[in-house]
Amino acid sequence: MRSLSRAYRDPAPSRWRYRYQRLMLTPGFRRMLRVGLPLLVVAGIGGGWISQPANRDTVAAAYAQVRDQIQNRPEFLVTAMAVEGADAGLSAEIRRVLPVEFPVSSFLLDLEEMRQTVGAVAAVESARVRVRPGGVLEVAVTQRVPAAVWRTRDGLKLIDASGTYVAPLANRAARPDLPLVAGEGADAALAEALALYGVSRPLGDELRGLVRMGARRWDVVLADGQKVMLPAEGAVQAMERVLALDEAKDLFGRDIAAVDMRNSARPTIRLNPPAMVALRRVAEQEPGQGQ
Amino acid sequence: MRELYESQRAMRNMRQAAMQRGVIAILDVGTSKIACLILRFDGPERFRDSDGVGSMAGQSSFRVIGAATTRSRGVRFGEIDAMAETERAVRTAVQAAQKMAQVRVDHVIACLSGARPRSYGLDGAIDVHGQMVEEQDIGRVLAACEMPDYGAGRHVIHAQPVNFALDHRSGLADPRGQIGNRLTCDMHLLTVEDMAVQNMIHAIGRCDLELAGLASSAYVSGISSLVEDEQELGSACIDMGGGSTGISIFMKKHMIYADSVRMGGDHVTSDISMGLQVSMSVAERIKTFYGGLVATGMDDREQIEIGGDTGDWEHDRRKVSRAELIGIMRPRVEEILEEVRGRLDAAGFDHLPSQQIVLTGGGSQIPGLDSLASKILGQQVRLGRPLRVQGLPQAATGAAFASAVGLALFAAHPQDEWWDFEIPAERYPARSFKRAVKWFKDNW
Repeated sequence: MRSLSRAYRDPAPSRWRYRYQRLMLTPGFRRMLRVGLPLLVVAGIGGGWISQPANRDTVAAAYAQVRDQIQNRPEFLVTAMAVEGADAGLSAEIRRVLPVEFPVSSFLLDLEEMRQTVGAVAAVESARVRVRPGGVLEVAVTQRVPAAVWRTRDGLKLIDASGTYVAPLANRAARPDLPLVAGEGADAALAEALALYGVSRPLGDELRGLVRMGARRWDVVLADGQKVMLPAEGAVQAMERVLALDEAKDLFGRDIAAVDMRNSARPTIRLNPPAMVALRRVAEQEPGQGQ
Repeated sequence: MRELYESQRAMRNMRQAAMQRGVIAILDVGTSKIACLILRFDGPERFRDSDGVGSMAGQSSFRVIGAATTRSRGVRFGEIDAMAETERAVRTAVQAAQKMAQVRVDHVIACLSGARPRSYGLDGAIDVHGQMVEEQDIGRVLAACEMPDYGAGRHVIHAQPVNFALDHRSGLADPRGQIGNRLTCDMHLLTVEDMAVQNMIHAIGRCDLELAGLASSAYVSGISSLVEDEQELGSACIDMGGGSTGISIFMKKHMIYADSVRMGGDHVTSDISMGLQVSMSVAERIKTFYGGLVATGMDDREQIEIGGDTGDWEHDRRKVSRAELIGIMRPRVEEILEEVRGRLDAAGFDHLPSQQIVLTGGGSQIPGLDSLASKILGQQVRLGRPLRVQGLPQAATGAAFASAVGLALFAAHPQDEWWDFEIPAERYPARSFKRAVKWFKDNW
């Protein structure tokens, strides 16, 4: 007999409560609740906030501001440029091709592009660009050394030992110390030309220059229009033979127009017309000797 | 026959799956209480590679991590009577045990205490094909057993090979590898009412659980309460439950007979309730606190306040002497024991070499039961308590938990049953193949 005031409570769990408890005891479900659900909620809130364009703009603006603040700190400012390894003219040229307005943040300098720009200057063989501590943009260059003067239709040019153009030259007298070469393809065979110059040093001031003939072989031009025509192969040996002949027989002191060494088996001398006439006369006077 | 194989094998596979997951629940649905134990299989015995019985009969492979008991509802005579009530009680027990274990269980091994069990002794004989008895010979001899006509609406829950004989040698436990010509086997078949089994499966299914095994309550009580030499030499286990009293006879470590008497402790309670004009709950309380079976002079003087809340002062202040209470209880317990005696006699228990009788179950806790039982059942009577298993709470170690603990042992190490052996190949239909051969012969 139960009193009516106290309701009888069934101790048994209801079907759904029982299922709920079993679900909560399932390991996978518990892990999902503990890890997956918070992740999902955070990702949902974050995604919802990001999906508003105004919020995205705010984030981007804040990011840009912070980035600018860091970039414009005095530690990162570059205030001057130092060009090293270049003479005054090249230095001015480099400053002209690198128009950097100082002060500028080092983050904004594209050093690789600047290096290529400087390297594109004709007189620069190689360049190295870096930001030195203290806010100095250092451009270290190796200058090209002119090795010869090349006379072309466009005028005189200075070229270095590899035949690369260095700078224009106003007149020959400005660089009398450099050998003069001319002709098409002279820059490509400059090494041979320089070797020929070295061999021909005994000629001294007599030597006017070298002419590349047909981009194939060299002619050596001497002071009074005399020429030595050298072969395409073994030009230096041929020149040495000519010089030996000159030393022994004073070849260039005679009235000859050209020494033709193109066929090494048969060196030929072309006389000037008066000498030719004289030679013929001598040959007629001594009939036994001629022919 | 085939669908029996399939359903029992499906249950075995489910048990294997549960063992793999390591957690299985034990559900003892009785008339007076529902007990749920949750076992975790993580002991050192679990991954033993050799077969056979492990140390301590496989008990060290599991421990009890959850235990709960609740008052049973909707069960009468060990059978489910009101499905929804029983389902709620099962949910209560399972939920409490899960909460204690902090783990979810999906597989359940249950036992049936009532359901009118009926025992059959079968025998079969075959000629051994080769010289030695092979695994498939065991399957063949089991298949050769003559199936009795146990009637429609009944369900086989145990079919255990009990004894093997090879030629004239009997009493072989495992004839595999032995040499002989004629192999004979004895099998013990236990059937119960199919309706009770279906109700049990349905009630468990409604709790989102799957049945991974089914055993007779009398059998599992015997496993947990009988000690090893009693099982070996022959003994009977009397499991005195609330609504039914289970009887199982063991011999050579096999159950050879099981039965149940449809009377139990609840009938004693209802006798007290009727005799003293009190409610069932008060009668149960009086029985538990003051009950007894042997009256002494002291009991005449001990007055028990019956109580009541009718509002009638005279009615609510009644007192009864303990001798009167004993006078009510004793005839009913005697009746139960007489009935048990009759079943044991019918089974031929007095032909066994040892006639040990072990009383267990909640009803066996009545003081004086052992002296009364020895007058009725014979001299060799003792009270049994279930084996201790690891992790079992103190509250669940009493005699009332004999079948729950026995089910745990059964789950850890089930005995080989008929369906654990392969079906012999000749039972597959061979006619279609013969017809195909004949067709080829006729047409080519």
